[in-house]
Amino acid sequence: MLNHATPKPLLLRVDPRARLVAAVVFSVVVAVCNRPEVLGVALAAGLVAVWLAGLGPGHVARRLLPLNVVMLMLLVMLPLTARGEPIIHVGPVAVAGRGVWLAVSIAVKGNAILLAVMALIGTLELPELGHALAHLRAPDKLVHLLLFTVRYLGLLEREAARLHDAARVRGFRPGCNRHTFRTYGYLVGMLLVNSARRGERIVDAMKCRGFRGRFYLLDHFAFSRIDVPFAVVSSVLMVGLILMEWS
Amino acid sequence: MNEPVVQLDAIDFQYEPGRPVLQGCDVQLLPGQRIGIAGHNGCGKTTLLHLIVGLLRPTAGRVVIFGQERRREADFHEVRQRVGLLFEDADDQLFCPTVAEDVAFGPLNQGKARGEVRTIVAETLGQLGLAGFESRLTHHLSGGEKRLVALATVLAMRPDVLLLDEPTTGLEPDTVTRLVQLLNGLPQAMLLISHDPAFLEATAQQHLRLTDGRLVDRPSRD
Repeated sequence: MLNHATPKPLLLRVDPRARLVAAVVFSVVVAVCNRPEVLGVALAAGLVAVWLAGLGPGHVARRLLPLNVVMLMLLVMLPLTARGEPIIHVGPVAVAGRGVWLAVSIAVKGNAILLAVMALIGTLELPELGHALAHLRAPDKLVHLLLFTVRYLGLLEREAARLHDAARVRGFRPGCNRHTFRTYGYLVGMLLVNSARRGERIVDAMKCRGFRGRFYLLDHFAFSRIDVPFAVVSSVLMVGLILMEWS
Repeated sequence: MNEPVVQLDAIDFQYEPGRPVLQGCDVQLLPGQRIGIAGHNGCGKTTLLHLIVGLLRPTAGRVVIFGQERRREADFHEVRQRVGLLFEDADDQLFCPTVAEDVAFGPLNQGKARGEVRTIVAETLGQLGLAGFESRLTHHLSGGEKRLVALATVLAMRPDVLLLDEPTTGLEPDTVTRLVQLLNGLPQAMLLISHDPAFLEATAQQHLRLTDGRLVDRPSRD
């Protein structure tokens, strides 16, 4: 591509709605497929997506780590617990071939899905994600919950930190005793009360600006030139995966 | 036209029985007039503003806005379209992810078309020296920026009356100077509540003090 002007990685220029839909469909398809060649292609697709989203290998590895710790546990547990023909006997322990395959396939599926989600959805700003959901007719309440959470989480965190500081400057040092538990109880209680009050003030402020229970969206995403090839490539990929699995 | 835009007659209000906040409180705001109200913490200044836009209802007395007595929630829908209230804490007012959406929230609620709203957003932000702030995230703004954006969200509704609740709290002197200039350049009638005598002096034409539940005249220099 001859697009020097925009340093933004290719995938990030795709419409958020298209990315969201692609990620969801990809996850479902990969989750139900079982053939090794299908899973291989899916994993490769995930890697390509991450590369197109311009994510560095270190960043990707850090995000994959927690998933793969769980996968490692499966890899140890499943071969020993799954039923089926044992392939190796180590003393009294039988290793089931089916179990090994099951664990490997779960690990590949998990990584492929996580890579795709990371590249397609993880690169969206949360407000963008909220809007994409709203435009895709996700339930209003859920979208608002997400957007309000984004907006006020930081504020709650600061409030909690302030209360904590207020306790600390008066010599509070947490330990494992009743005084500590009670103090934390008060802290959480106060945080809830403050949040409820703030909630009321926000509703008041919204009412003052004519809010009557309905949100209107200002931003409309526009499909751009990059969205067509993205839609074609991802559709071909999904259909290809399905055909490979069930032909 | 010299009919008052906001008129409170003999208002009583209390949050808890036996502890009245306002008692026989009167106020009259004429078109284009700017009234400054001073008073101690907890004396009911914010309450007064909330009564005007119907977030609270008086226990006695009449609330007359734009020449009509307002009693029920539905009466206040029109009031809120035409009276802009700037909250003391800008974080209460700014709840949309981006500045443009927050400024657009009021006009969209007024039923304006998207294209028109976009123009209003750009104009209002420009008027307050906030051009280019459209896609900024509201929770990343500084305190002064939040206050100005909150003012923009109110002005975007093109109100006839502005109610400002402690607009200078937490602002740097430079920002206060800018705010004073801005407010003095606006045509709207205003009720200004502040702890800061210099700010009231610089903006308001008439000066009142809220004590013991009622508004009393205050000479312009204490």
